[in-house]
Amino acid sequence: MTRQRNPQDSKYRQADWNEPLLFEMSVSGKIAHRLPAVEDEVKSLVGSLDAIIPAAMRRKHSPNLPEISELQVVRHFTRLSQMNFSVSSGIYPLGSCTMKYNPLINEQAALNPGLAWLHPYQDVSTCQGALELMWELEQWLAELSGMDAVTLQPPAGAAGEFTGVMVIRAYHKHVMNEGDQRKEMLIPDAAHGTNPASAAMAGFKIVVLPSSSEGLVDLDALKAASGPQTAGLMLTNPNTIGVFEKDIGEIAGIVHDSGGLLYYDGANLNAIMGISRPGDMGFDVVHMNLHKTFSTPHGGGGPGSGAVGVKEKLTELLPVPRIVKAKDGRFDLNYNLPQSIGKVHGFYGNFGVLVRAYTYICALGREGLRRTSEIAVLNANYIAHHISQIQGFSLPYSPNTPRMHECVISAKNLAEETGVTAMHVAKRLLDLGVHSPTMYFPLIVPEALMIEPTESESKEDLDLLIGAFKQISNEAYSNPDIVKSAPHSTALRDLDEYRAAHPKTLTLSWKMHLKRTAK
Amino acid sequence: MEFKHPYLPVTKEIESEMLNSMGKKSLEDLFGNIPEDYRLKRDLDIPTSKTELEVARRVQELASKNKSADTGRVFLGAGAGIHYIPSVVPALATRSEFLTSYTSYQPEISQGMLQTLFEYQSMMAELLGIAVVNSSMYDMATGLAEAVLMAARVNKKRSRFLVPDTINPVHLQVINTFAEPAGITIEQVGHDQKSMLLDLADLRSKLDNQVAGVYVENPSYLGFIESQVDEMSRVVHDAGSLLVAGVDVLSLGILQPPGDYGSDIVVGEGQYLGSAVSYGGPYLGVFGCRDSMKLIRQLPGRLVGMTRTSNEPYERGFVLTLVPREQHIRREKATSNICSNQALVAVTAAVYTSTLGPEGFRHLGEIIAYRSHYAAKQLNKISGVTAPAFGASFWKEFVVRFEGGVSARMVHESLLKRDLHGGKILTEEYPEFGESMLLCVTELHSKTTIDELVEVVRNVVTNGGGTR
Repeated sequence: MTRQRNPQDSKYRQADWNEPLLFEMSVSGKIAHRLPAVEDEVKSLVGSLDAIIPAAMRRKHSPNLPEISELQVVRHFTRLSQMNFSVSSGIYPLGSCTMKYNPLINEQAALNPGLAWLHPYQDVSTCQGALELMWELEQWLAELSGMDAVTLQPPAGAAGEFTGVMVIRAYHKHVMNEGDQRKEMLIPDAAHGTNPASAAMAGFKIVVLPSSSEGLVDLDALKAASGPQTAGLMLTNPNTIGVFEKDIGEIAGIVHDSGGLLYYDGANLNAIMGISRPGDMGFDVVHMNLHKTFSTPHGGGGPGSGAVGVKEKLTELLPVPRIVKAKDGRFDLNYNLPQSIGKVHGFYGNFGVLVRAYTYICALGREGLRRTSEIAVLNANYIAHHISQIQGFSLPYSPNTPRMHECVISAKNLAEETGVTAMHVAKRLLDLGVHSPTMYFPLIVPEALMIEPTESESKEDLDLLIGAFKQISNEAYSNPDIVKSAPHSTALRDLDEYRAAHPKTLTLSWKMHLKRTAK
Repeated sequence: MEFKHPYLPVTKEIESEMLNSMGKKSLEDLFGNIPEDYRLKRDLDIPTSKTELEVARRVQELASKNKSADTGRVFLGAGAGIHYIPSVVPALATRSEFLTSYTSYQPEISQGMLQTLFEYQSMMAELLGIAVVNSSMYDMATGLAEAVLMAARVNKKRSRFLVPDTINPVHLQVINTFAEPAGITIEQVGHDQKSMLLDLADLRSKLDNQVAGVYVENPSYLGFIESQVDEMSRVVHDAGSLLVAGVDVLSLGILQPPGDYGSDIVVGEGQYLGSAVSYGGPYLGVFGCRDSMKLIRQLPGRLVGMTRTSNEPYERGFVLTLVPREQHIRREKATSNICSNQALVAVTAAVYTSTLGPEGFRHLGEIIAYRSHYAAKQLNKISGVTAPAFGASFWKEFVVRFEGGVSARMVHESLLKRDLHGGKILTEEYPEFGESMLLCVTELHSKTTIDELVEVVRNVVTNGGGTR
């Protein structure tokens, strides 16, 4: 089949392999790996497998797994990787996700056998380096966030939120004896979906706070919603539209006066490292997404790490075990914390991710971290300024207030004047070698395109992004169909999502596919 | 002097140029919204910037304070597995295009990750003998906690959940963290003292119309194979409860898959599939369920579905699907708060599983069974040592008990002196077992190393702790 290729599109072309599924390549008897044979002495002592594994528990039929050669495995996954856009492929300005460069030294560090090949239950005398790394990282994250103690156990941002709100719950329940009363968690309408989802998992009732006309926390609404039933407020600062909540002192006062605690969603921490600290703003609990601010790779969706920092009065409530440093400088794990919320992960969190965050902080140091935030903010403002000047695009809410690490552009005018929506713009960007921004979030901005360029992008790349928006605007006003029918140059286009989700055609595995097609 | 850094492409000169283009004079103009009171007026108390070479040296310095388990001399399991990783696995799974991408929100340019995750889901489904597997949870412990929550959503009016009292104690701790705020009570079912198998009479007595689900671990944390699964499945389903199975995915080349005995929800630890032990993370919560919309609609986590293009000529493609279960759409009513998951670990598992194939899984299952039984038999020959301490059958892990005044700690210390590492000491958690240790034997443990371990144990037990 032929696809429309626009001469104005970028030179970027993703590979378009027609790669079959592994199952379709399978030929009985092929192998991609050989395992060592069992020694004869071992076999003769043990005897037959039938004697040691009960017959009823033996697998009757071999699993239907692909049988292919080693080179076929290599080609298959190499080709699939080439059909995947990444930070290494091009600009990835996905708002709120902080798609910065993932330094390669971090990867090398995490693969070091002295770190990667440690069993979590090894005697602590054989893991002193790992514990030292974690302990030091805890100190640095506490310093960066202005907190007194940090746990590295939560394996993702949302897991950090759950941990944090569980700590708030335990505080009201066990420290203040107000558990029955403080059942409400206040959450702004522009918050990430994980905030209400995490608070609900911790058993809280969610009270949604409307944003003010400036896109900030509405102080009157906050006052009206706060009271003896309030457990806390979950907030990002800078907030979701990328603006610093200038009234944070008053916000903290209102929440604290009502007896609630202040939770900081660290999704947007990349804006303020070394410039301002959540702990100094009055926050009691913070989570930090190490896969955002501290450059650990997103891996197509994970693994992440959601370290949680707390103020002194909450340290006893953190998950066990805690890493402790003895007077003689030796490190140990302390499980003896009766007030702890328990465990939120099978072991100590995503250690491999912690190693990468550690090397990142090492490499940048105090001056580099601060400079990182400065450039992240500079880049976001550069984008906000130049894109909001393009016909059809605007910067709603406090347009004259500087943005921090990200900005939310609205394509409302473009949609009204040309029929080209934020979705169309996002898809057209793919033709131009750019990953789309976050779309239709936050909900308070119509036709939202949330752009976070990060400090990693050079001015040249930012200009390319601005140029892409200009081209799309021109096209929308002159030949909107080319935008509306985008993307044109990607490996695939116009996938049937309705069919994907319909119970009659839902196919979540090869097994389901075989069953459905056999009918 | 200007601070320059390889990760930061904007120089001071470019900075001025950019500021000028937006009519700003200085960077300070951009930070004006941060009130003075909340500015940090000092440098962060964090070391100064290091060069790449210095960072590499620091990492090596830390790594050299640890003892790596890649020598095949560490006999620890208990939820984390030390297994051989074929070289193709990290080489392919850490390709930059997989490593540095985000969740596949734009399917048109993310077919590679989506197809790989679909293949992961599909291969896990084959191994587990079940239809649906999501694209990952954080680890087995949190996967199990989510399974408990899911069972209570499927069985809406039921708020009790039963687990065997031989359950992995850490998993129990994690489940409790999640179940308590959800108003779900976790109750333990007893076991037969000799075989360690679940006490079916106790299970029957605890089952009623308030029980949302029942958990079976196979092989169990303590290593024994739970052979009453068919009977359990019948009893549990008769009570209208769901059967949740926790399995060792590597055992499924030779052990019956949980789908075959009627499990409704299945969890497992996917770290064993090609990922290093990495001091406890990142791991992979394998999470699946039967092909039933009643269950699928309550699944936590991301799902990749196979579909096609909307128009002819139809081309096959993959998308994230059933998204309205998730937090970014459903917010507080979502099936879970999970957003970032363990996608790259799932990619790793996909490469590993396709590398091993059916033959590899069967062979690996056999090697482990042979070696662990060899180790147990050799240990059991020592007077004062019982291995396995109980249980009719086991596969990879088993409990070894020491008698005659020898403590598990003494054995542990003596092994460490010989550069070997014994199993997890159970004495404190399970005082009823006496002085005991949970040993794990895998394909990484050669006969020679096992013999060495046995020899050290023999010396300790015979000489009351003194080694040669």
